[in-house]
Amino acid sequence: MKAFQDAGHLFRLAAVFLAGGLAFVGLRAFLVPKSFGQYGHYRGNAIAEIAARPVNYAGHQACEDCHADVLEIKKNGKHVHVNCEACHGPLAKHTDDPASVAPAKLDTAVLCVRCHEANIAKPKTFPQIVSADHSAGLPCDTCHQPHSPAITGAGTSPVTSAEKPGGKK
Amino acid sequence: MTITRRHMLLLLPAAAIAWKHVLAGTPEASPNYKMTDHWWGMLIDLPKCIGCGNCVRACQAENDVPDKYFRTWVERYHVTDYDIENPLVDSPDGGKMGFPPAKVAEGKNFFVPKLCNHCADSPCTQVCPVGATFTSPDGVVLVDKKYCLGCRYCVQACPYGCRFIHPETKTAEKCTLCYHRITKGLTTACCEACPTGARQLADLKNPNDPIHEFLKTHSVQVLKPHMATHAKVFYNGLDGSVR
Repeated sequence: MKAFQDAGHLFRLAAVFLAGGLAFVGLRAFLVPKSFGQYGHYRGNAIAEIAARPVNYAGHQACEDCHADVLEIKKNGKHVHVNCEACHGPLAKHTDDPASVAPAKLDTAVLCVRCHEANIAKPKTFPQIVSADHSAGLPCDTCHQPHSPAITGAGTSPVTSAEKPGGKK
Repeated sequence: MTITRRHMLLLLPAAAIAWKHVLAGTPEASPNYKMTDHWWGMLIDLPKCIGCGNCVRACQAENDVPDKYFRTWVERYHVTDYDIENPLVDSPDGGKMGFPPAKVAEGKNFFVPKLCNHCADSPCTQVCPVGATFTSPDGVVLVDKKYCLGCRYCVQACPYGCRFIHPETKTAEKCTLCYHRITKGLTTACCEACPTGARQLADLKNPNDPIHEFLKTHSVQVLKPHMATHAKVFYNGLDGSVR
């Protein structure tokens, strides 16, 4: 048959394609991570890798396990729902090793005004002060104890009700 | 079996390696966490936000977010009377250190915290050419840093501007909804640090999560609903001027 006299070319071509296909399948199996496609078009192991990051904020549960006394003070105060690390900062290192990592001493002059400095955009019901004329330069914790900030002792307050835009709550 | 001195010598290196892991605090792969049991989102209760910037600082401390880049940030809106199409918005350093007194007092002023909306139908994951970003089975949009090429398609695709390219790794970065925390039963760093409870992590698959009661009893919106992203960050008390 005249038509098939050079059939050898076709076989060689087929062999090249077959080798190429095998190389592709082999390389793909080698290069694509095993977990790719486990949950979708991505590397399934990436989820565990992201979840393995260590935490910096221990969470208030960890604090309360040891500091029940502070919890007791906070219980009846306005700051009862403010988590410890909102002011004290990330302290997972301290909860991992309470003995050797001590939390830094806090500066109320910086911390209190972060929330309570008056700003027009803050909710009107939120207690706000203008720090420049509120305490005559005294540190906040002269009168307010941060864990339960309401002033309880009579006659200790230099603050008049007019200075409290949110009213005493 | 009695332990001979030879056995003991063989055991020591193994024990040393095991102990090194304990010391390094290698987090175990959350054995009690089942991805299929959760569908994460967040609730932002805007009338409670005081713009203190605690969330921004907590996010940076928790996730080593480089300076001047933000996975979450707080915006201050100023709307004069009826002109809700043209609000004045500022966010100095992402609101990280709070806000200076407003320039214009009259009108309406309020804060809006922003973060990745963890869309169920997210545009950012759809455009990724290599499968480096994806929505996990529990509904969190994540980036696989080892796979990311840094092509920036996702940065352009996000309608909320929640992604950036990390200046050092040159890969896409975004809020992970503190995936390393929520899989261990903790809340996100921003929610942990929020002093007023304006941000609350929500597990939409958990029938006991307070989010369900909240959604039932409040007028809640998502950002840019017309984009059909099925965002899962719900805003209570959202003003029409917020973009």
